[in-house]
Amino acid sequence: MTTLPLRVGGLSWQVRPRAVVLTLAGLVLLALLMALNMRIGDLEMNLADVVTGTFDADSAGHFVIMELRLPRALTGALVGAALALSGAIIQSIARNPLASPEILGVTTGASVTVVAGVVASGSVYGGVSGLLSTLGIPALALLGGLLGAAVVYGLAWRRGLDGYRLVLVGIGVAAVFTNVKFWLLTVGDVNDTSRAMIWISGSLNGRGWEHVTPTALALAVLVPLTLLGTRSLDALRFGDETVTALGVRMNPARALLILAAVLLAAVATASAGPIAFVALASPQIALRLVRAGRPPLLCSAVIGGVLTTGADLIARTAFSPLELPVGIVTAVLGAPYLIHLIWRSRK
Amino acid sequence: MRLQAAGVKLGYGERIVVDGLDLGIEAGTATTIIGPNGCGKSTLLRALGRLLKPQGGEVLLDGKRIDKIPTREVAKILGVLPQAPIAPEGLTVADLVARGRHPHQTWYRQWSSDDEGAVTEALDMTGLADLAERPLDELSGGQRQRAWISMALAQGTDLLLLDEPTTFLDLAHQVEVLELVRHLHRQAGRTVVMVLHDLNLAARYADRLVAMRGGRVISSGTPHEVLTEELLGEVFELDAKVIEDPVAGTPLVVPIGPRTRPAGPAA
Amino acid sequence: MSATAVAPRIRGVRHRRLTVLFALLAAVLVAVVLSVTVGSKSVPLADAWHALTAPTGTENDIVIRALRVPRTVLGVLAGVALGVAGALMQGHTRNPLADPGLLGVTQGAAFAMVSSIILLGVSSLLGYIWFGLAGALVASVAVFALGMTGGKGSPTPVTLALAGTAVSAFLYALTSAIVLLDEQAMDVFRFWQAGSIAARGADVVWQVLPFILAGLVLAAVNAPGLNALSLGEDVARSLGQNIPVTRAVGVAAVTLLSGASVAACGSLAFVGLIVPHMTRPLSGTDHRWLLPYSGLVGAALLLVADVVGRVVAPPGELEVGVVLALLGAPFFVALVRRRKPVRL
Repeated sequence: MTTLPLRVGGLSWQVRPRAVVLTLAGLVLLALLMALNMRIGDLEMNLADVVTGTFDADSAGHFVIMELRLPRALTGALVGAALALSGAIIQSIARNPLASPEILGVTTGASVTVVAGVVASGSVYGGVSGLLSTLGIPALALLGGLLGAAVVYGLAWRRGLDGYRLVLVGIGVAAVFTNVKFWLLTVGDVNDTSRAMIWISGSLNGRGWEHVTPTALALAVLVPLTLLGTRSLDALRFGDETVTALGVRMNPARALLILAAVLLAAVATASAGPIAFVALASPQIALRLVRAGRPPLLCSAVIGGVLTTGADLIARTAFSPLELPVGIVTAVLGAPYLIHLIWRSRK
Repeated sequence: MRLQAAGVKLGYGERIVVDGLDLGIEAGTATTIIGPNGCGKSTLLRALGRLLKPQGGEVLLDGKRIDKIPTREVAKILGVLPQAPIAPEGLTVADLVARGRHPHQTWYRQWSSDDEGAVTEALDMTGLADLAERPLDELSGGQRQRAWISMALAQGTDLLLLDEPTTFLDLAHQVEVLELVRHLHRQAGRTVVMVLHDLNLAARYADRLVAMRGGRVISSGTPHEVLTEELLGEVFELDAKVIEDPVAGTPLVVPIGPRTRPAGPAA
Repeated sequence: MSATAVAPRIRGVRHRRLTVLFALLAAVLVAVVLSVTVGSKSVPLADAWHALTAPTGTENDIVIRALRVPRTVLGVLAGVALGVAGALMQGHTRNPLADPGLLGVTQGAAFAMVSSIILLGVSSLLGYIWFGLAGALVASVAVFALGMTGGKGSPTPVTLALAGTAVSAFLYALTSAIVLLDEQAMDVFRFWQAGSIAARGADVVWQVLPFILAGLVLAAVNAPGLNALSLGEDVARSLGQNIPVTRAVGVAAVTLLSGASVAACGSLAFVGLIVPHMTRPLSGTDHRWLLPYSGLVGAALLLVADVVGRVVAPPGELEVGVVLALLGAPFFVALVRRRKPVRL
């Protein structure tokens, strides 16, 4: 079969060689894209410049690398990985390839609060309240994302958590948030609308270390936790009756995994806005590449990082000096690739 | 010959399961196809019911190529019940059985007295009249299987293909379903082709057996002709005694264990 | 019980279903009356009747004939179309998350509209709508073609849904890029996106009517086939149903119905998502009843939401898309919570 046993002393795991190879290849690609991201921009640098810029605090490129490009690229990679991992968890639990953090109310909740914030503060945004852009918006987004998830979770809970009911409730709640967001966009000045649109498309513009740290911390805590839950995810793919028979404690396992997915998506969205398609497409791309029964977690995360980092490279440079929100590029890149994979797997 | 497979080559994409198989089904017979898992018996049944298009050879219904007859016309002559069919939740027995009338309905003739008569008769014949308004998902396995057969009956075909109609049923329910099939065959003169796993029930409820292995027909004929100790060794790799069923007089297979000796004359 | 008892019981079910049908028709009629009479300017029923039968050019006559009637007719058309399209879509994909937008119609329409604004300088409502319609049709044909499986020639539900999501995301990204670059396009887009049936004249009604009627005819033809398909492809085939044709007719119906209503009224695909869930407890699984019920529930829901939007925030109006979500979603959530949701 497609799994190999891996035993170290008394410990043993089952490993899919295909997933391992793809994950490693993805990491190499990610490193390459990061390097390119360091080199390309208003100030072109060769690899030597990048190295000196990174380690020599007095060099010309130090500020560009350490304060602009590196934190931005890291934010992109981490946010992409967090969203993709969140998507992979939700798709496994909901057993539905259309599920994404949107369904948990995280991204839509964040969007609606941020749009409300931008519209309410009006044209002062950017000017007086620079605070709103660096601290206020991420805080608003985090608050909105967690609130949104709490609403969905609370409404879907009824003597336990049914994956199917969760998805249906999530859709209802997401519809409210989305339509309120649409309405808010018609209320404000058209310039505010544009600013809000950039945020809700997902953007990495001006992201610094203050965005890297929380996302990295969240991943450091939640990735191991999620990987521990892998075995329950495998079992969760079967119907509820089978699951109980397999000895998975249904509700705690499911509730914890969903909580992890919520936190991952909320932190990522707070940093870079809802780059929603990453969460939906990366697990499906990983699933088709690895040919597994459910989205492979680590591989999805790596693909999410690659997709976002690569997209940001294009978003920064393709129409320079004009910059596109990264979320737009991820969709323009990721959607055709997903389409290609669907097309290829038809036979 | 009502239904005939002539040199059919069957498979899914690249994977060929059956290659160059011939089989004829006589009018008014009850034929059961037996064979080990993966021998191609369900694939063959699907091809006979035009659910699977042969990659080579042809399937003939009443002497005509089945793929040349409009599918709706075929549906008035031949009914197929696939293995473990699915139904939307909440579908009632009466609704399910009524859907068997599909091939007889057009947009201007949605519910004729023929339809009503056929549904009533099918429900009655399968003993489901009292359960007509119950949702399918609330029934027991045996009742549910009877409901599906009832749907196939309402279709009003005199040829019925059933793919493992007794899977997931306990022995009593298996017998109940097969008694119903026998009734349809004997009383109403229908031609029946089934795939079954239980050899003893197959012997009892079929008047012809077809034994398959590796996509080929190894033996066909009456249960007495087919169910021999040699054949069980060759087809199922099973050592067994074949004795007479004390109730029906048909062959009764008593397994000894997996085959320990090469196929050939008994020691 | 014997055979004789079964037939009357089956007939009893049909009787009950007809009763529900008439109740729903009555509900739509009430919604129509509300939609014609209630608004920022309330018109007594008698005056409304006067305006419809023997107009003499009074202020009320003008309000009714030029504004309220086209708005109401458009609301009924869009509600019926989206309700039916949603039920068809969920039936064909066997996915309770499927809405008509899944075929890419909403994003196809949006992309074609904003493109026509920046590339061709289109500036009239009728103009946008033509482009929106064309975009919706092209996008859904592309999704359907993508969803087609190799030899059998009918798209599997999961691939269809995924292809639709991918194409929609792609088009949405392009649309976002355009509106971020062009302020005029952004202004049109944001109001269209919110979803509204207000300020569209009789010409818009005539523009979308043929498409919606054609879609309804196809939907009616599709209903029995969809019933057969709901028993699985094997059983459907053994019942004599031609599966590729059934799928193609279904998709064509969804495209016409939702494409026309989305182009004219903006993103209201949520109607198509929730209405079948509200309707299924009434109709059961028979699409010959589910489709008409869904159409009527959709029309009543859309009109009531529109009327609420007119009165809830005077002197302004709230877009029907927002009201629909605010009214429909809690109802939908309550429904999902109260009973075990019907699996498809």
